[in-house]
Amino acid sequence: MPDTITLRVNGAERTVDVADGESLLSLLRDRLGLTGAKISCAEGACGACTVLVNGEPVRSCVTSAASVRGDVLTIEGLARDGELHPLQRAFLDAYAFQCGYCTPGMIMAAAGLLARNPDPDEATIVAAMQGNICRCGMYARIVRAIQQAAAELRSGAAQGGGL
Amino acid sequence: MTPDPRARPASGIEPDAPHISDWLQIEPDGCVVVFTGKVEVGQHIRTSLAQAVAEELRLPLSSIRMVMADTDRTPYDMGTVGSRTTPVMARRLRQVAAATRELLLDMAAERLGVSRDELAVREGSVAHPASGRALSFAELAGGRRLDAPYEDAPVTPPGAWTIAGTPVAPLEGEAIVTGRHRYTPDLSLPGMLAAAILRPPSFGATLLALDTSAAEALPGVRVIRDGDLVGVVAPDRHTALRARDLLRAEWQEREQISSRELYDYLRANPAPPDPSGRAQPTLHEQGDVDGALAGAELVRAATYTVAYIAHAPLEPRAALAEWRDGRLTVWTGTQRPFAVRAELAEALGVPEEHIRVIVPDTGSGYGGKHFGDAAVEAARLARVAGAPVKLVWTRAEEFTWAYFRPAGVIDVTAGLDASGTLVAWEFHNYNSGGASILTPYEAPHQRIAFHPSVSPLRQGSYRALAATANNFARECHMDELARAAGEDPLAFRLRHLRDGRMRAVLEAAAEAFGWQTFRAGEGRGRGIAAGTEKGSYVATCAEVAVDADGAVRVTRVVQAFECGAIVNPAGLRSQVEGALVQGLGGALFEAVRFENGRILTDGFRSYRVPRFGDMPAVEIVLLDRKDLASAGGSETPIIGIAPAIGNAIFDATGRRLRSLPLLPGS
Repeated sequence: MPDTITLRVNGAERTVDVADGESLLSLLRDRLGLTGAKISCAEGACGACTVLVNGEPVRSCVTSAASVRGDVLTIEGLARDGELHPLQRAFLDAYAFQCGYCTPGMIMAAAGLLARNPDPDEATIVAAMQGNICRCGMYARIVRAIQQAAAELRSGAAQGGGL
Repeated sequence: MTPDPRARPASGIEPDAPHISDWLQIEPDGCVVVFTGKVEVGQHIRTSLAQAVAEELRLPLSSIRMVMADTDRTPYDMGTVGSRTTPVMARRLRQVAAATRELLLDMAAERLGVSRDELAVREGSVAHPASGRALSFAELAGGRRLDAPYEDAPVTPPGAWTIAGTPVAPLEGEAIVTGRHRYTPDLSLPGMLAAAILRPPSFGATLLALDTSAAEALPGVRVIRDGDLVGVVAPDRHTALRARDLLRAEWQEREQISSRELYDYLRANPAPPDPSGRAQPTLHEQGDVDGALAGAELVRAATYTVAYIAHAPLEPRAALAEWRDGRLTVWTGTQRPFAVRAELAEALGVPEEHIRVIVPDTGSGYGGKHFGDAAVEAARLARVAGAPVKLVWTRAEEFTWAYFRPAGVIDVTAGLDASGTLVAWEFHNYNSGGASILTPYEAPHQRIAFHPSVSPLRQGSYRALAATANNFARECHMDELARAAGEDPLAFRLRHLRDGRMRAVLEAAAEAFGWQTFRAGEGRGRGIAAGTEKGSYVATCAEVAVDADGAVRVTRVVQAFECGAIVNPAGLRSQVEGALVQGLGGALFEAVRFENGRILTDGFRSYRVPRFGDMPAVEIVLLDRKDLASAGGSETPIIGIAPAIGNAIFDATGRRLRSLPLLPGS
């Protein structure tokens, strides 16, 4: 039976019908037209569908849509007022993608990490990102991008800004 | 009648597209639109090809718009395969752009009534500095098609490049990091249905009975049978997949071999002659190899094996098909749009002229997306459904029903004379392929052969083809010979190499790695390997650490690469790095396991690919040879890593591992 649920997605309140057993990924892509989170493994093993739910990275392909309460942030909602998020800029600067299919999931997983830990060392980044696969092999660049964004966010926070 | 540049040419290789207008058009706003049948799968060729055009037209990159891989708009292309984009397509577009520049100069000279020598091309205009007058490209072209030939245009030599040869960020970068970039699974059309396919439980199984009642009880679901294809269409993917799972099917299955028996099977089952000529056995004979082996001071023989591996692109095979008035348009991720058009024509009985294939940028291929499986399925379902249909393969389908990098068995026998010099080299490859099978090392007596086998699994292209397998066997064997001769593996290689480019990459990698000063400590080892394929050269040094339990970790890799004049150093560095990381998976742990027609490794939990934690420290050294034509850079950098690691493991442990993956189950 369809269920009607209400969520905040990228800051806007949305009321959506979801089917029995439907995933958050399906809701985002097929009900709301937000295709930044990608279809890939459907078992939470690759990270291409990662979004933030109340600030925590989740694999939306194995997250039941009906179970989600609160705020969902997808890659489409990360840039503010046309201004790229420091992670997005850092991925561009570090040339941290090739085909780009994993990139939205990578950036959202990294955003979740930096929200918890503004100054992660390399081992912490590797551990936090271990569930995200890049078949083009851009791992070293992604680590550098996350470090660059972390530094930028910290200096922004020191000047009274914030995420 | 002028030939249609979009039609398949008689040669099947290069299109009948002799005019500038087939490739390039100047828009009224001054933008230059470039048409190429190549696809963007993350090599960032939209950027490097645009750089080549911008260079010749002395135009900012922002004024160039690339139209790629659309069979209605771009000249015929045999496919984005074989590292041909840079040596063939970039060269051609460079000529087209140079011819355009020369033509615009001629037009401006006539319009301004001055000599060509007094004119300068800059920033989208032809200027006459002496009088201060200038005419823009758009004014000169005046919306006309430029029907002039381009063959003999004078191109800019690499030494004089100002836009090409510089590091440029990928043009689609901002769309990618904001999630706006749309791949095939992200597309939609009004009234579109989502599809799912009923697959057999094992290869070759035939359907005996099908009960669709439970599936069709779901709202909006329709089960479609079209010949041997059984599919479900539904308003959305979630419903389509659920309905597919509710299909009750009975199958007739047949006994098949399993991974355990694979290598004996490949040796025992030679392929029947292939009428297409693609999988021909090859034989290279030089001197008297039997006599040389009989007379050698030292002979080393060994057998190497390589497993089937999966490309596992993160974007699964996908297609969106729409029929309108008997004409078919398919959006699909493939490396060969024109071949997919032909495949669709054949499968659907529709002339090619009525089919349009458009390839959105694709979440990569790595040689794995040469065919139109998903395109054909979506088109068949859409025709019956009477609505546009989108099909996105599941991960399990991708791991099971795509094709694999061929498995193979390689026998190597080599002989050294009393001075430790290679005199005999015999090399037999069963099934994995003939790419890079010839040895670059000096050996007076040689027998080298490729023997195609019957493959128990569907197999096909993979980044660098069999160069990975052949290089693995050759470079491990060279290492073994060097040790048998009591010589340093680098010195042994250099002593047998005349090719200066191969020597240069070996020396560059060894230098950056610190080969001469490396101190082997407890459980540490170093390995080196080199190779050449498709006009480019790679050398790789690897360092491994082995802990007390025998667990091996690759700690550091240095790789040197040379592919002639570098077009985009930033893009090339990324490709070399990415190939190395992808190669790490096949070197260490990737292997397709199968049993009786079923793939056991059908997801990322059972099929292990490289992840963040597998990364060694990596250093890339690029050699820029402005005096040489540019070759492709996305394939060859994958072939050095496996033998370099294998040789490093031997150095650390004294164990010679001869099978890829080297550390299955690690």
